[in-house]
Amino acid sequence: MSELPLRAQLASVLGRSAASLSRATGRGDGSVIGGRVALKVEPDLLAKLAQGRRLALVSATNGKTTTTKLITQALRDLGDVATNEFGANMPTGHITALSSTSAVNGVLEVDEKYLPQVLRATRPAFVVLMNLSRDQMDRASEINLLAKKWRTALAETDTHVIANADDPLVAWAGLGAPNATWVSAGQRWKEDSWCCPECGGHLKRDVDPHWECPECGLARPQTTWGVDNDTDSLVCPDGQRVRLQLNLPGDANRSNAAIAAATVAGYGIHPVRAVERLREITSVAGRYTSVVTMGVEVRLLLAKNPAGWLESFAVLDPPRVPVILSVNAQIPDGKDTSWLWDVDYTVLRGRRVFVMGERRTDLALRLETDGVAFEVADRVDQVLQRLKAEQPDITKVDVIANYTAFQQIRTAYGRVQ
Amino acid sequence: MTDTSSALRIVWIYPDLLSTYGDQGNALILRRRAELRGIPTEITHVHSSDPVPEQGDIYLLGGGEDRPQILAADRLRADGGLARAAARGACVFAVCAGYQIIGESYGDDEAKPLPGVGILDIRSGRGRTRAVGEIVADVDPSLGVGRITGFENHQGRTAIGPSARPLSTTVHGIGNDDRTEGAYQGQVLGTYLHGPALPRNPALADLLLRWRVGQLPPLAPSWGERLHEERLAAVLSG
Ligand SMILES: [Zn+2]
Repeated sequence: MSELPLRAQLASVLGRSAASLSRATGRGDGSVIGGRVALKVEPDLLAKLAQGRRLALVSATNGKTTTTKLITQALRDLGDVATNEFGANMPTGHITALSSTSAVNGVLEVDEKYLPQVLRATRPAFVVLMNLSRDQMDRASEINLLAKKWRTALAETDTHVIANADDPLVAWAGLGAPNATWVSAGQRWKEDSWCCPECGGHLKRDVDPHWECPECGLARPQTTWGVDNDTDSLVCPDGQRVRLQLNLPGDANRSNAAIAAATVAGYGIHPVRAVERLREITSVAGRYTSVVTMGVEVRLLLAKNPAGWLESFAVLDPPRVPVILSVNAQIPDGKDTSWLWDVDYTVLRGRRVFVMGERRTDLALRLETDGVAFEVADRVDQVLQRLKAEQPDITKVDVIANYTAFQQIRTAYGRVQ
Repeated sequence: MTDTSSALRIVWIYPDLLSTYGDQGNALILRRRAELRGIPTEITHVHSSDPVPEQGDIYLLGGGEDRPQILAADRLRADGGLARAAARGACVFAVCAGYQIIGESYGDDEAKPLPGVGILDIRSGRGRTRAVGEIVADVDPSLGVGRITGFENHQGRTAIGPSARPLSTTVHGIGNDDRTEGAYQGQVLGTYLHGPALPRNPALADLLLRWRVGQLPPLAPSWGERLHEERLAAVLSG
């Protein structure tokens, strides 16, 4: 950072940009406010605020909030960290995060669409990329296009990419960067990457996680970091294995942890120490936390898209634990529920299942088609009442919900950190 | 389906390229509605690197992004299997990007027309605005399907040639051109109702089955019928 105090820097950048814009539009009366000023000012301000820092930008379809939190936790070993921990992952959120502290190290979660813009503005030391899959397509970009924009933007920088080599779209984007560290972080959802991002050929994916294109030769990059889910271990570049024993569930979080360890290694933190810090994280913005209501532990899992639902199914408790599925279709969820048909629900057969939410009829038809027995409910407490009447000693219920459905349940049953 | 002892053959074309949003639902619901009536089914997934089998009963094509759409069209034209199956009288149900490429031509991202598979007399280009949202339309009364609902998300605009007919008249949403939605020609049928168009419209699913096996015994209304009613009410009241 330069000598000026932060507030003065902000003021000067804002003033200069607004003035030049005002002159350019010939108004000069300061009436040019709102969108156009924001558009002009944001990149300058963000660039100014990013100067002299060592930033890591974190982007993906799933897991970016969690991974941002994991990296931040480990980096705190080196002192203060600037981060947008409340998931405000667009430029205004980044400006807020960087304005609030002069910490040299920073970790910013970045919305996928904004990554090229934020990359150009902040010139980060690291860009961390995990996965790309279909997500709320009534308002999100097409992911092939997105990967192409990532690739182009990365090629114009001197940043170092830390990326999941097992996701072909992510790997192809990351290969655009001048430097890369490749992590074998796995890919459970493969339905968006059967085609070569370079030439469109049908990828050969015979031995997971390897992939290659028989037509143009594009292939999975050699990895130096990995995860062994069977032994719950992080695999380091020197071959050392570190037991993870995370307090977040599932393979997806092991992947997030491996990516986080590889990232903080770039800041000089040893993996053994990093993993100790990663274990300290027990919940992320209410996800994976349990609320206790009516004496029953209700665990909340957020799943916003098909890949997220697959990951959630994988962390469900044993089959005797009932599960509530809740789906809304408000703007933050995406107005289109078609994606329900991309998820395979047959894994829920034999489990007690309840459907809730504004679009529970969509869920009901989907489950009926997959031969999964279910019951319809209005609220979580109604489900608990029904269950307790039959089974007074019931102790646990899992809930999988998409964005606004998740928030509604969190609000109704208490925000527990 | 000439031999009633054999299974109804459902062929899902290029799930690796054309399966953007819930397209699998169309295959699953055809299977369910056939099997509830005691008609055995067989679903084949044909990847873009494989030849398209010609002896299917119902061919399904889904939605896709621009690039996969062009790849799919090129591969289908080079393969020729789908066109031969259609010429033989097979049923084809194509959605969104799939709908456009079974036509005579479609627009790529620079708006140049590209050649389609040519089994439906339509020509598609790109509109100035993207059509995104719920859609409601009244199907050609001669098909006995009634009112359909779905979700559209496309930039395409489609003109229907003399050999095809509009599938439906738009009540809410954009469809082909703000007035009509989808098209059909014999048993080749296309629509902008993307993803699970058949789960959301059980009568449309039954039309395709009826084309292949003749009259069908009715099924007791279930969640599909309920969802259909619910979505109609939600869109038309909102
Ligand atoms: Zn290739």
